[in-house]
Amino acid sequence: MGKQDLPAEVSASAYNLPDALGHFGPYGGTFVAETLIAALDELRDTYDALKDDPAFRAEFEYELKHYVGRPSPIFHARRLSEHAGGAQIYLKREDLNHTGAHKINNVIGQAMVAKHMGKPRVIAETGAGQHGVATATIAARLGMDCVVYMGSEDVKRQAANVYRMKLLGATVVPVECGSRTLKDALNEAMRDWVTNVADTFYIIGTVAGPHPYPMMVRDFQSVIGEECKWQMPEMIDRQPDAVIACVGGGSNAMGIFYPYIPYPNVRLIGVEAAGRGLASGMHSASLCAGRPGVLHGNRTYLLQDENGQIIETHSVSAGLDYPGVGPEHAWLKDTGRAEYVAIDDEEALAAFHRLCRTEGIIPALESSHAIAYALKMAADMPKDAALLVNLSGRGDKDMHTVAEKSGIQF
Amino acid sequence: MSRISPTLSALESEGRKALIPFITAGDPDLTDTVPLMHVLVEAGADIIELGVPFSDPMADGPTIQRASERALLKKVSLRQVIASVADFRKTNTTTPVVLMGYANPIEAMGVDAFVAAAAAAGVDGALVVDYPPEESVDFAKAVRAAGLDVIFLLAPTSTDHRIKAVGEIGSGYIYYVSLKGVTGAGNIDLPEVARRIPLIREAVGLPVGVGFGVRDGASARALAAVADAVVIGSRIIEEIENSGPDDMLARVKALLGGIRQAMDSAEVAA
Repeated sequence: MGKQDLPAEVSASAYNLPDALGHFGPYGGTFVAETLIAALDELRDTYDALKDDPAFRAEFEYELKHYVGRPSPIFHARRLSEHAGGAQIYLKREDLNHTGAHKINNVIGQAMVAKHMGKPRVIAETGAGQHGVATATIAARLGMDCVVYMGSEDVKRQAANVYRMKLLGATVVPVECGSRTLKDALNEAMRDWVTNVADTFYIIGTVAGPHPYPMMVRDFQSVIGEECKWQMPEMIDRQPDAVIACVGGGSNAMGIFYPYIPYPNVRLIGVEAAGRGLASGMHSASLCAGRPGVLHGNRTYLLQDENGQIIETHSVSAGLDYPGVGPEHAWLKDTGRAEYVAIDDEEALAAFHRLCRTEGIIPALESSHAIAYALKMAADMPKDAALLVNLSGRGDKDMHTVAEKSGIQF
Repeated sequence: MSRISPTLSALESEGRKALIPFITAGDPDLTDTVPLMHVLVEAGADIIELGVPFSDPMADGPTIQRASERALLKKVSLRQVIASVADFRKTNTTTPVVLMGYANPIEAMGVDAFVAAAAAAGVDGALVVDYPPEESVDFAKAVRAAGLDVIFLLAPTSTDHRIKAVGEIGSGYIYYVSLKGVTGAGNIDLPEVARRIPLIREAVGLPVGVGFGVRDGASARALAAVADAVVIGSRIIEEIENSGPDDMLARVKALLGGIRQAMDSAEVAA
């Protein structure tokens, strides 16, 4: 695959998290009711046995190559860089994956674990619908039953993705409780799992949830950063000065950050959704504006009120609209290894249009947050600096949202 | 000091089983909570589990989720729930009260502040659904240092190793979840419950209460025959939902009174 030999001192890392109980410092863990513990133990033991199994690794790599289309290329966005007027911007093209986003990497891995465990039924939660579509896709590919939980508000906002999932043979269940969005879909999927645990595997879409999910999803997504580590030297003879990725739950960011953690000269920058501005309170920036708590099986930064109730989030991009964040990001923030910033709706939309017009690439609104921050940052850097942005998904799904914001109706 | 162990010991010496109803504080309104607690006692409750509303009650079925949502519409907070217990204690100093809920409201208040306020108000124990033993060693220490009990869940899938872990840090009683799934669901596997409870009781050295799926006098009576206590939640909340402000207290009292009678008649028959 053109993989280069890496210097030994950066391959061997002192970073060895999570611990045996799934903790990243004070974050992560297994905060679930006793009824789920046995299922999580079974999953942890199975995954521990599979993750270094050569046959499992080989099958995973085969699927990524032949079904997803990996490795995804890195593209030097010259006209976009010229527009910013400083550092060179490189795009890791996860938008070119089958199903149009990075989500598929993780779903293939988990579906293979499910198959190994003999579970004929998979369930998933979805917000924008990307993870639901990826799960429905793999379920069709492997001949598994698939149920996707989706907040009823999101079902209305993402009608095209709901139809895609149905085309692929999945059952989409609208969730009517709580705020009727992603977090409630996750609650409902957990309830399904605890009820049907004998024949059901729960495919979580991000690096959150109880142990071992944050670790397992990170491992499957880290193919993104592993590729970048040999692709960047091929292009510029060195690693980038910074890696930039949007953060909702944080799976595309963890996937590209993780292999770079041992490289002290590579800045890691996560971009959260500032929605209508951090000051407005209408945002999804749990790391920038939240505080630690316990939700969905792990301890992490959360958007919550003074009584510890989880509050509703806002972002133009449904995929970033989540009140928590993966626990490993919480740890990377506290230790200072990664930096976290926020980009508001208007800035993300401007970056969306800019990339369309300068490079002929329509990015997902989620990824547009990362591009917006790269544009800001590049302007103050020399022309030989290099920024690597994870273009985590394509923007076809966002046509309606962007058209609406521009006052256009189909 | 917690009233739970003396209460359960007294019942045991009388050859009676404990009845533990659950209601969500603030449902339908915070002003209803203390009158409902008194009515539960009048109908034969031995211990009250008082639910603390949470925005994301992952382990609860639709009935208790709705109760939580109704309470949160009125912004009921953990501090207010604790204040309700203090209010209840003005006229009832004997019936144990266990706060049942999720970790985040407690962490938002601060564990030490929570324990101090709960102890001062006359709370007897805490059951935090998403604090399994391995994540709650410090919490359990703090609660027990204040003389209160930490109640843990055990499930049909709990291994011997986990049962032992719960026995080491739990106190008061064990809440055995009698079926797979969420609160308020499905049918109870009675022979399985009957087989497991003596094993758990012996391993943990605490009385065992059974819940999740108790619907009526018959199911309560069947469980009372094998367990030390019977927990009933969703069915009471349905009664609250289906009644109006004028008949709510009477209907809840009639429902729980009927269950009490069914349980006690089983003991006579035995």
